[in-house]
Amino acid sequence: MSKQYETVIGLEVHVELATKTKIFCSCSTAFGGAPNTHTCPVCTGMPGSLPVLNRRVVEYAMAVGLATNCEITRCCKFDRKNYFYPDNPQNYQISQLYLPICRNGSVEIQTENGAKKIGIHEIHMEEDAGKLIHDDWEDCSLVDFNRSGVPLIEIVSEPDMRSAEEVIAYLDKLRMTIQYLGASDCKLQEGSMRADVNLSVREAGEKEFGTRTEMKNLNSFRAIARAIENERNRQIDLLESGEAVIQETRRWDDAKEYSYAMRSKEDAQDYRYFPEPDLVPIIIDDEWIEEIRGRQPELREEKIARYKKEYGLPDYDAGIITGSKRLADIFEETAKICGKPKKVSNWLMVETMRLLKEHAMEPEDIRFSPENLAKLIALTEAGTVNGATAKEVFEKVFADDIDPDAYVRENGLKTVSDEGELRSVIEQVIRDYPKSVEDYRSGKEKAIGFLVGQTMKAMRGKANPAMVNQILKELL
Amino acid sequence: MANIISDETIEYVGILAKLELSEEERQRAKKDMGDMLDYIDKLNELDTTGVEPISHVFPVNNVFREDVVENGDDSDNMLKNAPSVKEKSYMAPKTIG
Amino acid sequence: MSLTRLTALELSNKIKAGEATVLEAVEAALDAIEKREKDVHSFVTVDREGALKRAGEVQKLIDDKTLTGALAGVPVAVKDNLCTSGIKTTCSSRILSNFVPTYTAQAVENLEAAGAVILGKTNMDEFAMGSTTETSAFGVTRNPWNTAHVPGGSSGGSCAAVAAEECFYALGSDTGGSIRQPSAFCGVTGIKPTYGTVSRYGLIAYGSSLDQIGPVAKDVADCAAILEVISSYDKKDSTSVKREDTDFTSALVDDVKGMRIGIPRDYFGEGLDREVKEAVLAAAGKLEEKGAVVEEFDLSLVEYAIPAYYVIASAEASSNLARFDGVKYGYRAEAFEGLHDMYKKTRSQGFGPEVKRRIMLGSFVLSSGYYDAYYLKALRTKALIKQAFDRAFEKYDVILGPAAPTTAPRLGESLDDPIKMYLGDIYTISVNLAGLPGISLPCGVDGGGLPIGMQIIGDCFQEKKIIRAAYAFERTREYRRCPITEESKGGRG
Repeated sequence: MSKQYETVIGLEVHVELATKTKIFCSCSTAFGGAPNTHTCPVCTGMPGSLPVLNRRVVEYAMAVGLATNCEITRCCKFDRKNYFYPDNPQNYQISQLYLPICRNGSVEIQTENGAKKIGIHEIHMEEDAGKLIHDDWEDCSLVDFNRSGVPLIEIVSEPDMRSAEEVIAYLDKLRMTIQYLGASDCKLQEGSMRADVNLSVREAGEKEFGTRTEMKNLNSFRAIARAIENERNRQIDLLESGEAVIQETRRWDDAKEYSYAMRSKEDAQDYRYFPEPDLVPIIIDDEWIEEIRGRQPELREEKIARYKKEYGLPDYDAGIITGSKRLADIFEETAKICGKPKKVSNWLMVETMRLLKEHAMEPEDIRFSPENLAKLIALTEAGTVNGATAKEVFEKVFADDIDPDAYVRENGLKTVSDEGELRSVIEQVIRDYPKSVEDYRSGKEKAIGFLVGQTMKAMRGKANPAMVNQILKELL
Repeated sequence: MANIISDETIEYVGILAKLELSEEERQRAKKDMGDMLDYIDKLNELDTTGVEPISHVFPVNNVFREDVVENGDDSDNMLKNAPSVKEKSYMAPKTIG
Repeated sequence: MSLTRLTALELSNKIKAGEATVLEAVEAALDAIEKREKDVHSFVTVDREGALKRAGEVQKLIDDKTLTGALAGVPVAVKDNLCTSGIKTTCSSRILSNFVPTYTAQAVENLEAAGAVILGKTNMDEFAMGSTTETSAFGVTRNPWNTAHVPGGSSGGSCAAVAAEECFYALGSDTGGSIRQPSAFCGVTGIKPTYGTVSRYGLIAYGSSLDQIGPVAKDVADCAAILEVISSYDKKDSTSVKREDTDFTSALVDDVKGMRIGIPRDYFGEGLDREVKEAVLAAAGKLEEKGAVVEEFDLSLVEYAIPAYYVIASAEASSNLARFDGVKYGYRAEAFEGLHDMYKKTRSQGFGPEVKRRIMLGSFVLSSGYYDAYYLKALRTKALIKQAFDRAFEKYDVILGPAAPTTAPRLGESLDDPIKMYLGDIYTISVNLAGLPGISLPCGVDGGGLPIGMQIIGDCFQEKKIIRAAYAFERTREYRRCPITEESKGGRG
């Protein structure tokens, strides 16, 4: 390949909002009901039903818009997007085309080359579709409208990204911001955050954009990175062989690592948008904007600064802990209870991270309570358990949120700090390993480690290591 | 100016509207739509420069619901109207993808 | 004398006074239905059992003084595009021929709370698209005054049922004249309220920004009383308006002294039948005699209302009717290959020609490249039409004109030339575009014995003015009973 190509990427990110009810009816948004048990005439498109807008949806959308430096549209409206599909009960989706709630925003991402600003073209509100399950037995599709009408915002970026790394940094930034706002849990795997990638390539130095494709069905950061790489290569191959890229929607198959066009004769892609006559305009005044701004929780950058100042955490710690809203919440609550922020930070950064990784979990999945972590820290601080035992107890806390006090008591894990008992065990160890005693006395300082180990072994790990060291040195 | 509606246009609108016309209906539809559009073109006599298009005639704004679950489960009754049901789901012909 | 001759208010008073029972009223209506349906065919569904059962329940509530309202115990017929829980609601379409809603339209709920007994569901043009009730999938409704003629539409079943005294009053819906025009053709009174006055929840939408539910009855007083009951702010309808002034019966005052009445010259030009013109102008004369100040003026833009209407209503309809796809409810084609074929066959078999015509037109005007030229142009025209009315209402309290250019045409004459049929709505359509209230009431009979109707239009939220004017005019003439109701008196029917 002789020519140099630049990849141009814009993202359409759909985020499911964390409201209790759907966007246009008072059905629950809870996961996990039997099919169609969270539905009503509105979200199943029954004739004669009418939508009524959920105020929280507007407020969450505004909050995300403010956090991403958008202008809030003072008079915004809904439009109908018309297309037929069985998961779309009215065969139109209520969305926003002409007057979306937020416009002209941006977020800053960190890349290898430093900070970069990614423009946000608009954020609009819309309703989610139902779920289709393919029934091979009957060779048909089963429609469940429980998700139909769950509120979404769609965040449309400018075509400002140039690589998969930037895309992931951008998504991470959005995810973090939205989680901090409490507007969504943003889980890619579960579909509460979904990204469609608009991608085109052009020769380096070219001013005009190339023809873009839209890639759908990307369920993880890994899939996004692979799909970008794959689509970039596909488009470059087309151009190199003198063929044109066709503007189309493609679907990514992550298992097979390729994408295919979703075109069909019956799919005209002509959505016939027009203003939704069943809903009235939303007028947003300064007062409302200030109210939302006032309710805005502390975002990540502010938190990092505060952690450094208030808790004396190093940059690195503050960065990792604020990398997840859940982690930051646990940190703050635990630190408040036990008053040992650095210790809390250590537990979160080392053991918690290790176990999350081991179980392929996200920080959002953490089940243990700040109370129990605080208790464990108190036990180690008081020397009631030693480091090794503490790690063992933490695994239980992590898995089942057990009460460390009770667990240590019930399993006899308390460190032995009774000097008389320790002294007699150590005297026995000295008698049993004269060679090591000799080594130590002849200047091989390391030999003491072996003797400590033997003592701990004899005590089944429950000895206070500081005391063991002290008594050993004294007796030798 | 007479609007001539082509077969392709009728075909295209049929795809959008999910309607399938017989040959006779198609010929009729071409004529009817052409006539209607000729009639609608009368609107071009009107100068509407600077006129705001209005969808609602008087200003009702900011009608909201609070975020409170009120609806129960009436799915059994609702599903009774469905032409085809399996496992509490509406059954549709297979979709692609 | 048969109970069916009474107005709704008269009947309710008799029931409350113990001079008649709800059951007697229901049975009288069911008898009339039995006798006249073969000639008129106003109903798609008659809920005989439900009505008889409900009669007993309502009677108890009246007896124990729980129900004391003006309409308590009165049987009603409901247009078949208003959802009624447990009663089939078809919109006179094959595609909904088996649809039984799980919910009731708010307007109907309001009536039931006031002690109404639902007799059944009335025939209409399919999905309210038409001006003759001939587009119904379940057969035409005939004009009770002369069964060779149409009753008008789309609320033709409701208006015919009231005229034929098969019910005491009815609900209709009006998107471009669908209450007022058939009321005129059937010699009854109907009101299309200000947009937002009656909740649209449970009204199967045709043109959402234009649709309003309204009463059809024998006289103005009944209409005012019904409108008072069905009007309500409804949080389920975002376009519903909070109003404090829905005590419409307070406007039933026979006094128009000083009322300024505008007669739009544009409503009396070419195309208007001579007899209709004379009857309407004579009616204006009567009001002038009573002290109203009647003046001619130019409303302007009248000829643009119909094209603007057909763009807006068809566009909205193409989207509103997309939900009828054979998946969730209603008709599904029996044989098909795959999803899109199922959609197409279901919809092509399920919808009639007029509905398909409007869905096609609506889809076209919204399609890529045409939105601005057609849809936005129509919305701008709508704005101009609203302004023209605003100017008129600076000078006049109400506007008076014909409800339709002619009396009821013969059956089978209208559908061949859609545009000609659409032109029949020229006086009613702009009222919907501007969201205004309008009342249609009888003002004469033509040489062929068919009723002539006039229309009084008010400014937004000024129902009381049109009710007052209509009531004052009504006082100047006798109620003309439809001949079909006379025949049955001697048992000849």
